Amino acid sequence: MHNFEFVKPSTIADAVKAMAQDGAQALSGGQTLLPTMKQRLAQPETLVSLTGIPEMQGVCMGEGGLHVGAATLHVTVAQDAKALYPALSTLAGGIGDPAVRNRGTIGGSLANNDPAACYPAAVLASGATVVTNKRKIAADDYFQGMFTTALDDGEIITSVIFPVPQKAAYVKFNQPASRFALTAVFVAKHAGGVRVAVTGASNDGVFRWTEAETALSADFSPSAISGLTVDPTGMIADLHGTAAYRANLVKVLTGRAVAAAH
Amino acid sequence: MTKVTMTVNGKSVSAETEGRTLLSSYLREGLGLTGTHIGCDTSQCGACVVHLNGRAVKSCTVFAQDVAGAEVRTIEGMANADGSLGVVQQAFQDHHGLQCGFCTPGMVMASAALLAENPKPTEAEVRHGLEGNICRCTGYHNIVKAVLAASGQDVAAVAAE
Repeated sequence: MHNFEFVKPSTIADAVKAMAQDGAQALSGGQTLLPTMKQRLAQPETLVSLTGIPEMQGVCMGEGGLHVGAATLHVTVAQDAKALYPALSTLAGGIGDPAVRNRGTIGGSLANNDPAACYPAAVLASGATVVTNKRKIAADDYFQGMFTTALDDGEIITSVIFPVPQKAAYVKFNQPASRFALTAVFVAKHAGGVRVAVTGASNDGVFRWTEAETALSADFSPSAISGLTVDPTGMIADLHGTAAYRANLVKVLTGRAVAAAH
Repeated sequence: MTKVTMTVNGKSVSAETEGRTLLSSYLREGLGLTGTHIGCDTSQCGACVVHLNGRAVKSCTVFAQDVAGAEVRTIEGMANADGSLGVVQQAFQDHHGLQCGFCTPGMVMASAALLAENPKPTEAEVRHGLEGNICRCTGYHNIVKAVLAASGQDVAAVAAE
């Protein structure tokens, strides 16, 4: 990998300053960024580590729901959100493998917005708010396609606020080699209705299955979606599964998530 | 070059690094601790797993400068004080939990971290916990038995054949 200058600020303000330099790139857990840099698909001139900033760490209940610092490890969310938001804890505990969970962070996952990543599904289904150094972004506005988000250059996610649903579940069909989602569905039943977010399936990244949301808001049971079909147009097709296979998985996994929601 | 100091296997150590120096390179080239193996260098195989502040991480996917000041434990720190094999190492030997041995340092470190968190795992929990470690000899059955044995459980009773 090409060399770069490494900086590790201890406050958000200093991180924002460092990110203003030309060629600066934020580094969180690095579980995607390091392999990407090794392949020279990313060649930052300056890497700004966000893992030494205390105000970006931790899980706690606060205004608007569960607050998760952007540099919080997956393993920490799995442990500390268990009683507060069980479906989110389950999701975090199923990302990658233990070594990845001990290093990867929620902010890193969301900034990257891999089309098969787990966290985007939780954020979108929960109707969470992505908080940055300069604004709050609603989940519905944040995700803008594969590896694309509403973040501006140099903007840093500092925390995520999850409204905790009445019932929720995340069901992931593992791609066993990468341990990303071949397809996965997060179902969240809120007081105002049901939200269904799908990851791993679409070429546009995470999306809401609105027909299922309508059906499930009227009747929160797996049978409520039995008459629905998912259009395979625009679904990811690769050697692991065709577009039609993934479209079918969306429906199957949604049913399982509704059945598992608690 | 930047001098990075950390505590490795209980000793304060330091070595010169570039920004791009990986923790695995710091250990192997900077400190001569070549027990940590680099299998894939693409974050997939787990041969390079070490403990970073008590947690298993892939040392090929961490920058040395990012963990300055940390406590690191490598396979060289797993033996008992008298030089005899540690519990997990001994169990791997007893149950033939290695064939070519290349993945073994990472397997031992991942297993030790797993047992620290879950002292009496089921067989399924061991398999789930070692998901990030690949053995290309496919010696998984004996590795799983070794981990169950290291937990003090009766392997014949808890391991599927």
